[in-house]
Amino acid sequence: MIWNETKECMPREELRKLQDARLVKQVNHVYYNVPYYRKKMQEVGLEPGDIRGVDDLSKLPFTTYEDLRETYPFGLAAVPLSECVRLQSSSGTTGKPKIAVYTRRDIDIWAECVARGLTMAGITKNDIMQVGYGYGLFTGGLGAHYGAEKIGALVIPMGTGSTEKIINMMIDCGATAIACTPSYLLHVAEELEKSGKIDQVKLKAAVCGAEPWTDEMRDQLERRLHLKAFDIYGLTEIAGPGVATDCEFHRGLHIQEDHFLPEVINPETGEQLPEGSEGELVITTLTKEGFPMIRYRTKDVTNLEYDKCDCGRTTARIQRFKGRSDDMLIIRGVNVFPSQVEAALLNVDGITPNYFMTVDRVDNSDTLEVAVEVEDRFFSDEIGALEDLTKKVHDKLRSAIGLNAKIRLVEPNTLEHSQGKTKHVLDKRHLYD
Amino acid sequence: MAVKQLSVFLENKEGRLQQVFNLLKEADINVISASLADTKDYGVLRTIVSDNEKAQKVLHDNGISSKLVDIIAINIPHTVGSLSSVLNAIADAGINVVYMYGLSTGDQGASIAIKTNDIPGTEKALAPLDIQYYEDKKFDGILE
Repeated sequence: MIWNETKECMPREELRKLQDARLVKQVNHVYYNVPYYRKKMQEVGLEPGDIRGVDDLSKLPFTTYEDLRETYPFGLAAVPLSECVRLQSSSGTTGKPKIAVYTRRDIDIWAECVARGLTMAGITKNDIMQVGYGYGLFTGGLGAHYGAEKIGALVIPMGTGSTEKIINMMIDCGATAIACTPSYLLHVAEELEKSGKIDQVKLKAAVCGAEPWTDEMRDQLERRLHLKAFDIYGLTEIAGPGVATDCEFHRGLHIQEDHFLPEVINPETGEQLPEGSEGELVITTLTKEGFPMIRYRTKDVTNLEYDKCDCGRTTARIQRFKGRSDDMLIIRGVNVFPSQVEAALLNVDGITPNYFMTVDRVDNSDTLEVAVEVEDRFFSDEIGALEDLTKKVHDKLRSAIGLNAKIRLVEPNTLEHSQGKTKHVLDKRHLYD
Repeated sequence: MAVKQLSVFLENKEGRLQQVFNLLKEADINVISASLADTKDYGVLRTIVSDNEKAQKVLHDNGISSKLVDIIAINIPHTVGSLSSVLNAIADAGINVVYMYGLSTGDQGASIAIKTNDIPGTEKALAPLDIQYYEDKKFDGILE
């Protein structure tokens, strides 16, 4: 099934023409409505007239997280806030979160893209879809919700929370589709197996995203839950989930190219690479009103395939992610930068600024352990005081990154010092192998 | 009357405890008593040694943190209620015992180390009781 055959299966020459026209329009929109973008273009001697189509894309300056931070919160908004109806947010490398605002039309296009993705997963208006992503600032919940409503499915806006309640709702109401993180769905599968309720589940499709996952995980999900699992990709800066989704042939994630123009660059030099090369994915929005992004560096490393898919769609496909060109980790669907952890630990009395993070996946659930050094001069020989210190560090981290980490106190001078490019992270999950 | 106890923070790593005592041995330091409080990830070794300064230095030089903590060390008779009376006196003064352990002094009676949240207050609270205190010099007598 294809939600929007005209757009998703458009011959590539036609799609290119559409992208050319939309890119010109988008560049004009930001040049005349966002002083920050105008200044960046002027700095490299560009005027809107210099961009006549996709061929001129590489002339445009990149947009990065640093630009978002510098213009926080609304400096990149291209319409007055009175024209915006929604704000979403995700974490940034240090301090300030990333914020995006959406006009009513932006929300509608986002929902359209999610609707296309859900249709790839075989979900229709006859389905009952449970949304197991967090609702709120995180784009997952509302993004999946609006897409599912658009196709006319009955949406259960469950959000995250107690697995028992989620399972009960799933069984009692006969959910046939679910959207959540793949690791969480595996956890649900395990609970269902333990409680012997797996036969009562009617799920036939799962749309999983917000974290990288492997083919082995897909196999496990499909085998254990007797459903088809699909990968969905997106980021707040561009829209949210639904920027790309994979179809039943699993030949990569189809990018909704009439709205999001992808390219791949060398992350070191910024040079645009030929089709099919591996590098950092860069996305330019083509139809965004509220928060357009010009050549936004996703930091995700992949390559794109452009041949027509067996499903009939002609859109470019994101191949398996090979990693990140920065040090961001995705833990239980939450974006975490080591620098956030570092900043949070700096102001805790009783520990040194040195730390080491270990990320693992135990029983299909991500775990984060943070080792911190007890400060020599202030160490207390009372276990209660050491436990208080552990709790203080835990709470500080929780408020900074939104995750419950296991805190391990270690002896002073046993972790490497924070200066320079010291490795502070061990990720044992091998998500990109 | 307080006695200095050497407290050492130790991760639960194989051989770490042994290493501490080996270092003390090599520095010719006598260990009068030792107690270990443990958790899943780390432990705190509380020990009374013959030479605090030297012990701290040798541990520090080997990357091990320690600190000196005031405790009360007493000797009470092996009779029913002798420990109760000590603890009652402390409790009546509104002082909390943080931890406590037996000392191996070789003396008659029971030797006990007590850490409270108020050491001077504890000394005052115990003053009316007829008990024997160890002071740093008394431990010296135990040593060869």
